[in-house]
Amino acid sequence: MNGLAEASNAFIYASMAALTVAMIAFAIAFSGTRSSAPVTVPAGDVALLERPRPTPGRRASNIGMSVTWLATVLLTIGVVLRGLWADRVPWGNMYEFSITSALGILLVFLIWSTRRDLRWLGLFVVIAALLTLGLAVTVLYTEAAQLVPALKSYWLIIHVSAAIVCAGAFTVGAGTASLSLIRARVESRHGGQVTGWLTNVPSTERLRTLTNRVLAFAFPLWTFAVIAGAIWAENAWGRYWGWDPKETWAFITWVLYAAYLHARSTAGWRGNVASWIAILGWVSFLINYFGVNIFVNSLHSYAGV
Amino acid sequence: MVTTAPPPLSTGGFLRWSWRQLTSMRTSLILLFALAVVSIPGSILPQRGTNPILVDEWIEDAPTWGPILDSLGFFDVYAAPWFAAVYLLLFISLIGCVIPRAGVHWAAIRTPPPPAPRYLTRFPGTIEWADPRSEAEVLAAARGALKGWRIRAEDGAISAERGYLKETGNLIFHIALVGVLIGVALGGLFGWRGNVIVREGNGFSNTLTQYDAWGGGRLTGDGALAPFSFTLTDFRVEFSREEAQRGSPTLFEAEVRYQASPQAAPVREVIEVNYPLEADGAKVFLVGHGYAPHFIVRDASGAVLFDDSVPFLPQDGSFTSTGVVKVPDASPQIGVTALFLPTTAVDDIRGPHSTFPEADNPSVFLSAWKGDLGLDGGVPQSVYTLKTEGMEQIGLEALVPGQTWEFPEGSIEFTGFDRWASFQIAHDPGKEVTLITAVLAMIGLILTLSVRRRRIWVKVDSLPDGRTLVQVAGIAREDGGDATREIAHAARSLGAPAEVIPEEDE
Repeated sequence: MNGLAEASNAFIYASMAALTVAMIAFAIAFSGTRSSAPVTVPAGDVALLERPRPTPGRRASNIGMSVTWLATVLLTIGVVLRGLWADRVPWGNMYEFSITSALGILLVFLIWSTRRDLRWLGLFVVIAALLTLGLAVTVLYTEAAQLVPALKSYWLIIHVSAAIVCAGAFTVGAGTASLSLIRARVESRHGGQVTGWLTNVPSTERLRTLTNRVLAFAFPLWTFAVIAGAIWAENAWGRYWGWDPKETWAFITWVLYAAYLHARSTAGWRGNVASWIAILGWVSFLINYFGVNIFVNSLHSYAGV
Repeated sequence: MVTTAPPPLSTGGFLRWSWRQLTSMRTSLILLFALAVVSIPGSILPQRGTNPILVDEWIEDAPTWGPILDSLGFFDVYAAPWFAAVYLLLFISLIGCVIPRAGVHWAAIRTPPPPAPRYLTRFPGTIEWADPRSEAEVLAAARGALKGWRIRAEDGAISAERGYLKETGNLIFHIALVGVLIGVALGGLFGWRGNVIVREGNGFSNTLTQYDAWGGGRLTGDGALAPFSFTLTDFRVEFSREEAQRGSPTLFEAEVRYQASPQAAPVREVIEVNYPLEADGAKVFLVGHGYAPHFIVRDASGAVLFDDSVPFLPQDGSFTSTGVVKVPDASPQIGVTALFLPTTAVDDIRGPHSTFPEADNPSVFLSAWKGDLGLDGGVPQSVYTLKTEGMEQIGLEALVPGQTWEFPEGSIEFTGFDRWASFQIAHDPGKEVTLITAVLAMIGLILTLSVRRRRIWVKVDSLPDGRTLVQVAGIAREDGGDATREIAHAARSLGAPAEVIPEEDE
């Protein structure tokens, strides 16, 4: 182990520490909020609309966002240092895929958050990134080594980078889909009303639309990742499709997200059913990542664990 | 829930009903699910196409379930009739859905958008203001502001629509998927694929008899094999000695002398894992490698009966390799089962095994048999197994290169080893079709998921004070969207006062 490797690990641990702080902040934001609906104060004959003051929850979620940005910068440095140490793209084994996927999750969330207010999604995203990193440093950790010859191809960069961005988008989409299901359930129990932390979350319909947006972005990208993988497979193994378990689960994931998009335009299915399919697609993506890499004898078994 | 009428009793009515069911969105959704589900067993159970040996072992280990699953096609899922049934139904459903939609879309492209509704204020997000210009001037300005939109001009109103590419992309995507299926089918019907092991210094020419395994599609013709050949002049492989990934390969390449035809001049080529050799329409891929220990077998008088290297099959990552030497010319016939260990180690638990894939300390462990090899029975035999029934064991011995084992019937000398490389040679005439249509499908997807289809109306009416009341409204033509952005943009370019245009929140 040399300096670069130690530095990479240090940055990744620092990023995890920052993510933990962000997680606590987001959790406080959720638990500590009252409904921040505008309060009307009668003043003579005219009802004055008073702008809601920033509640403790609002401040906490702002802190959460800032610390998430910090954690993402730290993680980016950690991933880049790992690549510099190994002298190649940092995608040679599962440890490296995982730290980069965590970065993918955070980046999809943060870039999207510059376009709309996503503070309510922070807790979910930070937990997903922390779990991924936690698994990476404990179970999946491997010393950097040279790439096995099969991975020595520029297709590694094209295919894997697309898959990693998809990992981020699928995870964020599963988050919004889960929230829409929780909110729909609470609403149906309490006659359309929600209380507590759920008041911070957009409406059920809005959550479904957001899920649709992020998955409509991810689905063509996943299609691209699969096509790029097929071209690479044709170059490396002599066939573009061979129903290797990795390919099979990539196909299943693709079919499930295709089903999601169809469900969105089918009467009676575009609500909770579609949200469940979005979660199912994400589960199949996870099976492909963890299950196939570790438990199945596949041409793609590059776990290094 | 969508309620469906029960099927009518007449045949024609029933067929029409079935067709409507099959091409409905709900059916295609269910078929998509079914496709996902029927794909799963192929990733859990071993498959004949990729690992026939594992399939046989699996069936042997599960005497009850093995044959049942086998007869149901679970070891060849992606060629099973039930798998084909699902995807063929899905494609029929797709075609039945796409053709009418293509007709509707074609008509929609060629006709102007429908007239503006009478009352625009009932649409959310409608913007209205009083404008000093005349009605005609405002409508002329609206035409200018809605450049790029398909427009229907009426008396006092304009309807505009944009984003037809959304449906075009949707249709391209679905039609292109049919193309992908055609490409896959072309490859399956007309393509072929073969595997061959070539030892260093030996050659291969592209004829059926030279392959160890070969499979062609149903319609692959006799003349499918191009007359190329190559000789494996050098095979280079290196393994990592670093602790972290000890034994994983770091270099892996085959140098060949390639001839496109028997008359052509030989060319030096290097085949690597990601860099196949293009050979006259086919591609030669380097897929594996191993050791071929060299033996000389002599009879009791010292006459040479066998003098060759024999490819052994690696059994683990450290290349503990097994193989068989058959000497039919000896009398009695001699057969040897052997282990080749590139880096020899022996312990109580694993017995003789290799600890590193490089030949640091090579040796062979032999078990020699005499008797009838059973080669004359006409039943084809694997060159990697020895049937020892009816044979008598001569003995066991371990040798390092240069050593000879003498026994009453003769002797075996282990002179050293060659390396072998295995190649997959494949020809897939459908792959270009598949690639082009897959890329088209992706372009169609991007179009259909990113283009916003919007309809905008501009209406004018004269106010009592001589000014013109201008109303701008619009709708989104897909679910979950709204036309606020387009309405605001149209109103702004029409010169609406800033205070009537809502701030954009996104």
